[in-house]
Amino acid sequence: MGIIGAPIARVDGRAKVTGRARYAAEAAVPGAVHAVLVQSTIAAGVVLAVETAAAEGMPGVLAILTPQNAPRLADVRPQAQLVPNPTLQDATVAYNGQTIAVVVAETLQQAEAAAAHVRARYRADEAITEMGDDLADAYVPKNFRNGMRKPDSARGDADAAFNAAPVQISATYTTPVEHHNPMEPHATIARWDGDRLTVWTATQYVSGARATLARLLGIDAGNVRVICPFTGGGFGCKGTTWPPAVLAAMAARSVNRPVKLVLDRRQMYTSNGFRPRTLQKLRLGATPDGQIVSLRHDGFTQMSLGDFGEFAEPVGLASEMLYAVPNAAVTHRLVAVNQGLPTYMRAPGEASGSFALESAIDEMAAALNMDPLDLRLRNYAESDPHENRPFSSKALRECYRAGAEAFGWAQRPLAPRCLRDGDVLVGWGMATALYPINRSAAQATLRMGADGRVFVRSGTQEIGGGTYTTMAQVTAEALGVPVGQVTAQLGDSAWPHAPVSGGSQTSASVLNAVVAAADALRARLAALAGLDARQVQLAAGTLVGPDGTRLRIDVLLARHGLDTIEATAESVPGDEKQRFSLHSFGAHFVEVQVDPAIGRIRIARHVGAFDTGRVLNARTARSQAIGGIIYGYGMALLEKTEVDAETGRYVNANLSDYLVPVNADVPDIVTIFVEKPDRNANPLGVKGLGELPTVGVAAAVANAVYHATGRRVRDLPIRVEDVLA
Amino acid sequence: MQAFDLIRPTDLPAAIAAMGKGRRFIAGGTDLLQLMKENIETPSALIDLDALALDGIGADGGGLMLGALARMADVAAHPAVRAEYPAISQALLSAASPQVRNMGTVGGNLLQRTRCVYFRDAAFPCNKRTPGAGCPAIAGQNRMLAILGGSADCIATHPSDLPVALAALEATVVMQGPNGTRRVPISDFYLLPGTTPGQETVLAPDEIITMIEVPASAWARRSAYVKLRDRASFEFALVAAAVALDVRDGTIAAARVALGGVAAKPWRAMAAEAALVGQKADGATFAQAAALATEGARPAGRNGFKVRLAQRAVARALGALV
Ligand SMILES: Cc1cc2nc3c(=O)[nH]c(=O)nc-3n(C[C@H](O)[C@H](O)[C@H](O)COP(=O)(O)OP(=O)(O)OC[C@H]3O[C@@H](n4cnc5c(N)ncnc54)[C@H](O)[C@@H]3O)c2cc1C
Ligand code: SF4
Repeated sequence: MGIIGAPIARVDGRAKVTGRARYAAEAAVPGAVHAVLVQSTIAAGVVLAVETAAAEGMPGVLAILTPQNAPRLADVRPQAQLVPNPTLQDATVAYNGQTIAVVVAETLQQAEAAAAHVRARYRADEAITEMGDDLADAYVPKNFRNGMRKPDSARGDADAAFNAAPVQISATYTTPVEHHNPMEPHATIARWDGDRLTVWTATQYVSGARATLARLLGIDAGNVRVICPFTGGGFGCKGTTWPPAVLAAMAARSVNRPVKLVLDRRQMYTSNGFRPRTLQKLRLGATPDGQIVSLRHDGFTQMSLGDFGEFAEPVGLASEMLYAVPNAAVTHRLVAVNQGLPTYMRAPGEASGSFALESAIDEMAAALNMDPLDLRLRNYAESDPHENRPFSSKALRECYRAGAEAFGWAQRPLAPRCLRDGDVLVGWGMATALYPINRSAAQATLRMGADGRVFVRSGTQEIGGGTYTTMAQVTAEALGVPVGQVTAQLGDSAWPHAPVSGGSQTSASVLNAVVAAADALRARLAALAGLDARQVQLAAGTLVGPDGTRLRIDVLLARHGLDTIEATAESVPGDEKQRFSLHSFGAHFVEVQVDPAIGRIRIARHVGAFDTGRVLNARTARSQAIGGIIYGYGMALLEKTEVDAETGRYVNANLSDYLVPVNADVPDIVTIFVEKPDRNANPLGVKGLGELPTVGVAAAVANAVYHATGRRVRDLPIRVEDVLA
Repeated sequence: MQAFDLIRPTDLPAAIAAMGKGRRFIAGGTDLLQLMKENIETPSALIDLDALALDGIGADGGGLMLGALARMADVAAHPAVRAEYPAISQALLSAASPQVRNMGTVGGNLLQRTRCVYFRDAAFPCNKRTPGAGCPAIAGQNRMLAILGGSADCIATHPSDLPVALAALEATVVMQGPNGTRRVPISDFYLLPGTTPGQETVLAPDEIITMIEVPASAWARRSAYVKLRDRASFEFALVAAAVALDVRDGTIAAARVALGGVAAKPWRAMAAEAALVGQKADGATFAQAAALATEGARPAGRNGFKVRLAQRAVARALGALV
């Protein structure tokens, strides 16, 4: 193993655990004052007036922005990835918890105290507060996958094949609204210097934030700088630049002071998206020997009635291609309610969609009296049946094999309720994981000094995945220097452009740019030495020529009167998307223990095997896999944002009542990486790992609960009352 | 949160004298500050009880004395509590998290306000906060709420674990106010909501809990606490049971059963206790008694399963004693 792949501890780990890593709200910006949001208490209607007199008279209050007095934005038409509302541009209210005022005061305490005295008078209209089971008003998404995919697809004749199939499964599954709940709340500090704006904000996309702020505020993007050295988790809710960042900039302009705006936990449920509720109808038809001849997946997902843009959770995309089914039909529909705009949340579409698909496959296996893994292998897709292309690589069979072996799957009795430990029912379940390989254009700069120190810089983000570390590793390997000599710098929109840290694309995008920059740097050094770039290598501070002669880089630089040498390169996707179906894969094997007398469900064992291409760091990769799996436990057993049906208001918008897993919920998790670099996908051969491990966990747990109890739970989360005897 | 003054008396009379309208005592602050952040409580001044030296823990042959300001963590870890009153230690260790237990006091725990999600969000009406405002929980999200002792005005539960164990062990709450000291059995300390859900205990606003007394007994020594919840740790009870038995030659001489998470007070299950006394301490007896533990239950829309679950908690806890 070279430096790439080595289980190196995070280079920023010490700074993070000692508090020296500075997050957005911690930036030292002298003179900053504090803004606090006021949010609506009705679900639909109009703000007739925001009564601010009492609050304005309170100590320290500098300004109160309302729909009546807020500065107007340059352009408030929603677009893909751009959510301009609600930013106090008009008085309509489309959901409970929508921002209707911003209070700015000298201190946070003063702003909070005053915010509690701001009162709104409303005209309340009738609201549709929840997406129920009535789908009469469901509609076709207008901008599905930002126009890149069709909401509906079909091959063969799914309905005819279903009707003719001897074994049929037809079931409806639901997943609830879930919230991302990163540890770090959304936070922005905005400072104007004339018409130049500097923003420290918690984001997964510094250049996206720059573009959004520039567009909405009507200023040149060159006049906006966005800084974010660390993001305390995002899971998708910091991918888009949401209104609070814009409001901070508006407030800063209004009071002519730097403004800090940090959401409180309740506001984190109403200001930056969520995973929408889904209702999914699955129909599978198979032959008695287990060939699936028909698959139909009709997905309905919650949307917002507000004018905030569109988001459709793509629940059916995995169903299009995961199995070699000749007749398939997939549809996506939206059901609009008086709630905020949903958004991407860790494996959007795949996480919720695979709960339905992989549960239905398990139901089919039970109906066929067949092992669920055998059924999956029986219908294994050797090439992508939807896109009709070969996979860039697919080691799913190896994941199944390695995972099953480590778990001991072969010992699994076919029938449910066969395994016991005293009065506790034991069940084994499995499910498949998959996620697209994404990649976008990205740039990186490398600078090497005569002292051998190297700086690698890119305007990407560290959202917890270990980007500082992998940037340093890839740089070190490419330049033949120890990791300790490399300093990675990221999180500044002034630096070479990188894409959103979403879609698990950071490694495939940014690190290929780092490799390209290293190539460019080597070429520059070779040119200085008068050598052919293709024939030199870098090792231990020297340039190694074709004949093995070594030339010290410091000497070479000195000879040319240089202290440092620098190169910037861009790496862009090629035609791989046209040639291949690009996906990473995996398999989950789970043991649950269900105590039916008290309705207790505990996950006892978990083996996750992943085909994620090249592993860049065995340690951070395992950490991502565990984190993703635990995220799946939350989805399976705990997480649900509860709505008060009468008012449309979330009632558990806090970390006490919205349950996420704690350590005691998590067993020892075995992770296996079936490592096959995928050079069809990109030069480094990485496939992406941020989201893959979450996909399939909920289904594997539900399938294990079925195997333990004989009860099929089709509505998440699975709770006490679902299994209580 | 609204601005407030902090008053730091150094003796009990001064603390009692400092009490006035709009003021609140503060012990560990772990509940009060949450309510203040949500503008549910907006005191003009806090009277800090920390300097009153009320944090002693004492045990002798007669019983256990817990100073009101004793930290939850210290009480849970105390050797005498663990040995002679295990239900108390178990209840405390099942509550909150180590961090909260290091701050939170046993007196404050008795007075924790309900976790009813509507009560804790000022945007909702709530009879407990404002008499006559209405109760959105009855038709709304009530999975966690009461199955016993609720009223048409309020179905909130008392969320604390410790009082359930104290109810089973028949503790006494000692209070001091301007007119002297009062001692009230814990079974009379809490009030059911009726038409006045805002009135949760018999404690007067200017009274301070100084101590909790627990009598020593054979059944206290053989006691247990079982808490059932969705998450493995760090969550309030869906239901809980504190049980205590005096078993002599395999026969139950005395029994105490109390339920938590089911009512506005720790719920003594007298019918279950009666069904235990004089019977053999075995699974069949426990199952029969457990079935009687929820007599009179009237679940709300989403918590019907808690009736069965509470019975199972009782059976589990009893089973742990033999
Ligand atoms: C995240 C979280 C999870 C929790 N989970 C649980 C749980 O699972 N189980 C559980 O039982 N508890 C739980 N708790 C509650 C915790 O146990 C209580 O907050 C704590 O016991 C309160 O004690 P305190 O000293 O901090 O009280 P404070 O917050 O200081 O006071 C609470 C109330 O009691 C009054 N008060 C305090 N002491 C006295 C006194 N001596 N005399 C008169 N009045 C007094 C105060 O005026 C105030 O009204 C949790 C708390 C948190 C924050
Ligand atoms: S149950 Fe009680 S505390 Fe909850 S909303 Fe109703 S009145 Fe308020």
